[in-house]
Amino acid sequence: MKPAPFTYHRAHDVRGAVESLHELGEDAKLIAGGQSLVAMMNFRLARPSALIDVNRIDALRYLRRDGEGLRIGALTTHHTVESSGSTAALAGFGVLSHAARWIGHYPIRTRGTIGGSIAHADSTAEWCLLAVLLDAQIVVRGQVGERSVAAADFFHGFLTTALEPEEMIVEILFPRPAPHAALSEFAQRKGDFAIVAAAVDLDVEDGVCSAGRIALGGVDAVPIRVPEAESLLQGAPATAETFRAAADAAAAAVEPGSDAHGDADYRRGLARTLIERACAQAIAV
Amino acid sequence: MTSLLGDLTVAPPAPVRPRPSPAPPRPASPEPSAVPDTEPPADAPGLPPAPDAGPERSRSVIGSRVPRHEDDRLVRGQGKFVDDVDRPRQAHVRIVRSTVAHARLVAVDVAAARAVPGVVFVLTGADLIGLPPIPIRLPRGDEPPGCLQPVLAHDEVRYVGEPVAAVVAEDPYLAEDAAELVTVEYADLPVVVDASTAEPATGFDVSYGDAEAAFATARHVVEIDVSVGRHAAVPMEPRGLVADYDEATGVLEIWGATKVPVFNRNVIATMLDLPASRVHLHAMDAGGGFGARGEFYPEDLLIPWLARRLRRPVKWAEDRAENLVALNHSRQQRHRIAAAFAVDGTLLALRDHVVHDNGAYLRTHGLLVPELTVTMLPGPYRLPAYAARIDVVLTNKTPCGTYRAPGRYEGTFAREHLLDVAADRIGIDRAEVRRRNLLTPEELPHRRDLRALGTDVVLDAGDYPGLFATALARTRDWATEARQLRERGRTVGLGFAVFLEKSGLGPHETADVTVEQDGEVTVHSGGTSLGQGIETVLAQIAAQRLDIDDRAVHVINGDTNLQPFGVGSWASRSTVVGGSAVDLAATAVLERALQVAARVLGVPAEQVRLTGGCFSAIGEPGRRLSWGDVAGACAPGSPHLRPEDTPGLSARRVFAVDHMTYPYGVHVALVDVDRDTGHVEVLRYLVAYEVGRAINPTLVEGQLIGGVAQGLGGALYESFVYDQQGQPQATTFMDYLMPTAEEVPRRVDTLVTEDAPSPGNPLGVKGAGEGGITAVAAATANAVRDALGLTGDVGALPLSPHRVVALSR
Ligand SMILES: Cc1cc2nc3c(=O)[nH]c(=O)nc-3n(C[C@H](O)[C@H](O)[C@H](O)COP(=O)(O)OP(=O)(O)OC[C@H]3O[C@@H](n4cnc5c(N)ncnc54)[C@H](O)[C@@H]3O)c2cc1C
Repeated sequence: MKPAPFTYHRAHDVRGAVESLHELGEDAKLIAGGQSLVAMMNFRLARPSALIDVNRIDALRYLRRDGEGLRIGALTTHHTVESSGSTAALAGFGVLSHAARWIGHYPIRTRGTIGGSIAHADSTAEWCLLAVLLDAQIVVRGQVGERSVAAADFFHGFLTTALEPEEMIVEILFPRPAPHAALSEFAQRKGDFAIVAAAVDLDVEDGVCSAGRIALGGVDAVPIRVPEAESLLQGAPATAETFRAAADAAAAAVEPGSDAHGDADYRRGLARTLIERACAQAIAV
Repeated sequence: MTSLLGDLTVAPPAPVRPRPSPAPPRPASPEPSAVPDTEPPADAPGLPPAPDAGPERSRSVIGSRVPRHEDDRLVRGQGKFVDDVDRPRQAHVRIVRSTVAHARLVAVDVAAARAVPGVVFVLTGADLIGLPPIPIRLPRGDEPPGCLQPVLAHDEVRYVGEPVAAVVAEDPYLAEDAAELVTVEYADLPVVVDASTAEPATGFDVSYGDAEAAFATARHVVEIDVSVGRHAAVPMEPRGLVADYDEATGVLEIWGATKVPVFNRNVIATMLDLPASRVHLHAMDAGGGFGARGEFYPEDLLIPWLARRLRRPVKWAEDRAENLVALNHSRQQRHRIAAAFAVDGTLLALRDHVVHDNGAYLRTHGLLVPELTVTMLPGPYRLPAYAARIDVVLTNKTPCGTYRAPGRYEGTFAREHLLDVAADRIGIDRAEVRRRNLLTPEELPHRRDLRALGTDVVLDAGDYPGLFATALARTRDWATEARQLRERGRTVGLGFAVFLEKSGLGPHETADVTVEQDGEVTVHSGGTSLGQGIETVLAQIAAQRLDIDDRAVHVINGDTNLQPFGVGSWASRSTVVGGSAVDLAATAVLERALQVAARVLGVPAEQVRLTGGCFSAIGEPGRRLSWGDVAGACAPGSPHLRPEDTPGLSARRVFAVDHMTYPYGVHVALVDVDRDTGHVEVLRYLVAYEVGRAINPTLVEGQLIGGVAQGLGGALYESFVYDQQGQPQATTFMDYLMPTAEEVPRRVDTLVTEDAPSPGNPLGVKGAGEGGITAVAAATANAVRDALGLTGDVGALPLSPHRVVALSR
C-alpha cells in the first residue's frame, strides 16, 4: 500500500493548475482533498505520474448566491457545506448541508472537496446524486477557457466523466432552490458509501405535488433520474400513498447489479424504502 | 511433525538488569527511621496469608482498580511498536503474493525486479528448497500429511495471498515497485471454495453416552442447520518484524512477534540451524493479537533468514491489504446440530455434524479450532449423551487459525440457537429449557467423558443457574422495553445465551521476581502484552504478595533472554498461569527476605513481620527495614550474605497445571431491526461473567466490553467473501466491515461475579480474555430471531442487511 512513484507540483491559481495539466501530460492528476485519490494510489489502482496540488487555490473555496443560483467553489470542503446550513447563501438549499452529513466521517469531510467528489464520480456519492437531482451545472476550465456541463451529461460511467484530461472543475452551480428536497440513504455502517441512496426534490403547493424529481445512486454505474416514478408525482397529492406509488414505480424501473452487499432485489427494495423516506422528509421541511 | 514446545534451552537465571525505562513518579521509599511506629497485630503470621484466606489487609492491591501501567506510555505516544524499531543500514522487504487461488507454479521470473537500482535481493521458493514447512505449535498427532504451509511456495500455490517471493530493497517504496516486476507463471488447478461440497482432509468424532439410542426414543428431536461466516481477528496493528544478525556474536535479534516468543524462537533456531540461545526475540507493544497476531507465519522465518543471509538488518511492515489475506482467518463452520429432549424438555442428547473450512493449510494451530469446537460444544449443560463429527476441509482460501474464543464462538451460537428453536417447538419458555438443563452447583466438579487440548474436561466450580437467574433479573426491564417498543410498531427482539468458557491452559508458565536495592521490583514473565493489561495485573499480583505499591513493580514480558521459559499469552492463560507463577516467585522472594531481614535485625525469622512494605521484629516496631534494605543485605559485599547464599533477592518459579479452569457467563442482547433496510441496531447488551477472582475489575470489564464490540463483527458485519475462482472480495476496509464506535451500543453492561474461585490455582482466578465475545453471535442471532418472530433458525451469519431482509419476508 505504497503508491507508485510520482512527482509533486503545486498550483497557486486555476490557470497554473490547468497549465501544469497540459505540461505534465495525460498521466498527471489534480489532488484536492486526497480522500479518494490517495487511497486509490496506495492500492496502486491509480498511478498518476505527477500530482498537481490545488489546495492552495483559496479562490475556489466559496459558497455564493447570485441571480443564477448557488455557486460552490470546487475546493469547498464537505464540512464547509455541512456547517453553512444557516447562511444566506444556502437559503432554500438545506438539502445540501443535510446531505453532507452522510459523507464519510468528520476528518474526511474536513479535507474532501465537492469538486473532488464530482470529478471522482462515485455512483453513490452524495454530491453526484444531488447534482443530478438538482440539475446542477459543472463549470470546468481548460487551456481554451471555461465551459459548463449539465450534471445529466457529466457522469458517463463508473468513475468516468465528461472532464477532459487537461480540465479542472472550478465550480458547481445549482440553478434553483430546492426547499422540499431530501436525501436518504442506507449503508450498513455510519460513514460508509451508501449501498443505495435516494434523493427527491418536490414542488409542493397546498398539499399537491406539481412536479417532483427522483434520483438514485447505487442502482447503476452513475446516479440516475427515474422519470417513470417522477411522472407519478406530477399533480398528485403529497401523501404517503403517492410516494409509495412513485417508490414502487422506481423500484420496478431500475436494474441494479449484485455484489456482496446485496443482490438486485435487495437494492430494489432499498430504493423503494429510501424514496419513501426521502419524500416524507422533503415535505416535512 | 513434532512440537517445539518442549525444545527449550536451559539458561542461567536472569541477571539483575537495569530497567528499560524510567519509572513513573511515585513517593520515594521511606528511610527505615522515617516510618511511623505501628505495632503489627500480634497474631499476624510471618508470611502474609493467601489473600483470599487470611485476615483483612490494610489495603488490597488485588481486586483494586489500579490504572493500567501500560497506559502511561501508550497515551503519551511513547509505546514502542515494531514499526518504531529501526536499525542502521536496514533493508525493507515486500512479499510477492499469489494472485490466484490454486495453481502449479510454472516459473517465477525475478530478473526485472533484481535489475531495479536499489533492490538488494530477491528470494523465491527455489532458494528455500529443503527447508521444512511451518510446524504446528499444538499438534494432536493425527494431522494428515501434506497440509503444512511452506515458507515460500515452490511448486504450488493454494490461496490468493500465499507468499511466492520476497523482494529486499533500500526503501519500502522501492521494494513494492520492484515486487510488481516479479512475474509469476501459473498453471491453473481446480479451485475449492465451498467446504460443504468438498472432500474433507481429515475429521474426527467426539462422543460419549448412547446418543443414537437417545435420539431414537426421545419425545422431541429438533435440528437446525446454521453457519458462521469466515471472519478474523484483524487486530488494529498489522504484523511486522525487524531482524538483525550480528556476525561477531552470532546472535540473531528479532523484534515484533508478540504472543509466543519462545516457541517462535525455537522454530527459527531449528529452521536456521542456530542454537536457540543465540536467537533473541523481543516482544513489543502490540495493537491487539486476538489469537492471530504473533503466531509463526512464513514471514517469521523469511525476515530472519534474509537478515542472516544479507548480513544486514531487515524490516517488514505488513500493510492492511496483505493483512486481510495473510493473517489467519477463522470461524467458518457449518453446523447441522440436533438435540433430543424428554417430554418435559430435559436434554437427553446432542448431535452435531460440523464442516470446518480451514482454508488452504494447517498452520500453527493445527486442528485446535475443530477440536475446541466439538469438545466445548456441550457447554454448561447436563448432557447424558453426545455425538459430534467434525470434518475438516481444506479450501483455496486464506488458512485459518484461532480467533478469540475459538470454537466456542461458533459452537455456542449453534447450541444456543438450537435451544431457542427447540424451546419454541416444544412449547416451553426459552429460559426454562436452559434452567432445566444447566448443571447445578451440587453437580460440580463435573467430569465429562471428553478430553480437550490434552486435558480432561472437569468443570471446576460455579453456579450456572444462579448466574443465569441474575442476568435475567438484571435485564427484566429490557423485556418490558421490548414489549413497549413493539407496541409502537418497532421490530424489537430480546435474546440471551449461556456459555461455558475455558481458560488457564498449561502446561506451565515461569516468572522471575527480583527486588532491586532501590526497592523497585522487576518481574520477567513469559506472558506477552497484547493490550490486555497483563503488565498491570502481574504487577498487582507481585505487589500484593510483597505488600508494596504496584507502581514499584515493573513487568517485562516476552523477552526470550530475560524469560527463556515463557510459554506465552493465549487461551486466556496469562493471569491464571502466568499470574500464579508470579505469585509463587514473589512468595519465594518474600520467604528469603524474611530470613535475611531476621539476620539484619538479629532475631529468629519467625519473629519478623512485613507490614506496610517494611520488615520489623515483633516488639521492636521502631527498627524497620525496607525492601531495598533487605535487597542490599542480599548483595555481594554485604555482611549478611553468607558464602552459601545466591547473591541478590530474586526467585524464579514455575506454575504447572494439568487442568484448565472453566469460567462461564450469560449474554443478553436487545436489538431493533429495520425490516425495510435489514439494519440491526443493538440497543442494549449485557455480559454476566464469573471470573473466580478479578485481579483488576476494570480490566475484566474492559475485556468483556471489547469482546462484545468485536463479536458483533462476526454476528452482523464481517465476512471474507470469495468468488468462484477463489478471489477474495473483501480486501479492504470498504468491503470488510468491522463494527466501529457508531455500531457498538453506547453502553455495554457488565456484571462480573467472583462467586466461584477456581480451586486449581493459588489466586482462584479464571481467565477473562474471551468471555466477552463467546456468546455474541448466539445472543444477537437469538435476539434477531425473536424480533422477526422466526419459527426456524436464522441460517447463516453474519446477519448482514440483505440477509435480514430476506429472513423477514
Ligand atoms: C472512509 C471514507 C469514506 C467516504 N465516504 C464517502 C461517502 O459516504 N460519500 C462520498 O461522497 N464520498 C465519500 N468518501 C470520499 C470523499 O468524499 C472524497 O473526499 C471525495 O470523493 C473526493 O474528494 P477529494 O477532494 O478528496 O478529491 P481527491 O481524492 O483529491 O481527488 C479525487 C479525484 O478527483 C480529481 N479532482 C479533484 N479535484 C478536482 C477538480 N477540482 N477538478 C478536476 N478534478 C479534480 C482528482 O484528480 C482525482 O481523480 C469517503 C472517503 C473515505 C476515505
